Amino acid sequence: MTSTQRNALALALLMMLLGVTLGAAYLDLGVLHTPAAMLIGLVKAVLIVLIFMRLRPSGPLVMLAFAAGLFWLLIMFTLTLGDYFTRA
Amino acid sequence: MSEPAAEIAHQFVDAGQQRDAATFGMWIFLCTEVLLFGALFLGYTVYRLQNPETFDEAAAHTLIVAGSINTAILLVSSFCVAVAVHLAEQGERLRVTLLLCTAALLGALFLAVKAYEYHLKIQEGLFPGQAFHFSGPHSQGVEMFFVLYFTMTGLHALHVAVGVAVLTGYGVAVLLAQRPARLATAVDLAGLYWHFVDIVWVFLFPLFYLVGRAP
Repeated sequence: MTSTQRNALALALLMMLLGVTLGAAYLDLGVLHTPAAMLIGLVKAVLIVLIFMRLRPSGPLVMLAFAAGLFWLLIMFTLTLGDYFTRA
Repeated sequence: MSEPAAEIAHQFVDAGQQRDAATFGMWIFLCTEVLLFGALFLGYTVYRLQNPETFDEAAAHTLIVAGSINTAILLVSSFCVAVAVHLAEQGERLRVTLLLCTAALLGALFLAVKAYEYHLKIQEGLFPGQAFHFSGPHSQGVEMFFVLYFTMTGLHALHVAVGVAVLTGYGVAVLLAQRPARLATAVDLAGLYWHFVDIVWVFLFPLFYLVGRAP
């Protein structure tokens, strides 16, 4: 598969996921409503990072830098929400 | 063919090392951007957990059609940039310029749709502050939702505006360059930034437009 074909496939999948997330928004999913939307968002983000941004071919150093960014984000969310959930 | 694709600065051994350093630097910058937007997403999470029904009620007042069109616009423009980056590495000129300018134009279209939405929200009195008015029991929570809406989409729109300028700039630069291949790394980095802006929108869209639509 050429690079342009790969990008076109990613775009087609992203557009399809946009349709899926729009459809899911009108379904009565109860408490799963937002988690489902965020999961679809996550799949879209992974497609963009892996195909449009070419994370893997960029090498281990870049992958490590990216993972470190996500790790700091995780620390921020975990500590803050840990506080809000456990407050009396 | 043996000529280097880019000028090599004296601190680098070869063109490959120079390109890797630039790419690495861009990803580090994007990580700081992840944390900048991350803090705002965290703020949204905390306020939403505190006022769940209120956010459902408030989010029903955003324009889902405009949000969906803008999502599609950004996805297509990201695709244009991804193809442009690939062609720039092969030393192409005209098609790279065309794709970068198309992407920038789509970015400008995104901003136009966003401006129209802001205009409507302000007219409806949903801009937070003294002029804010919302008839309903949860007026304060709704105002908080719109504080987050204007802050987060506003900061994102600022990033889009910067991206439009950068993409247009490189589109013109590639057209005028003696050897367009020398700009391949720069186009690649601009592309990484643009894709990041796209990813932020991918998360803003469900949180501000898709909440509270279920029957």
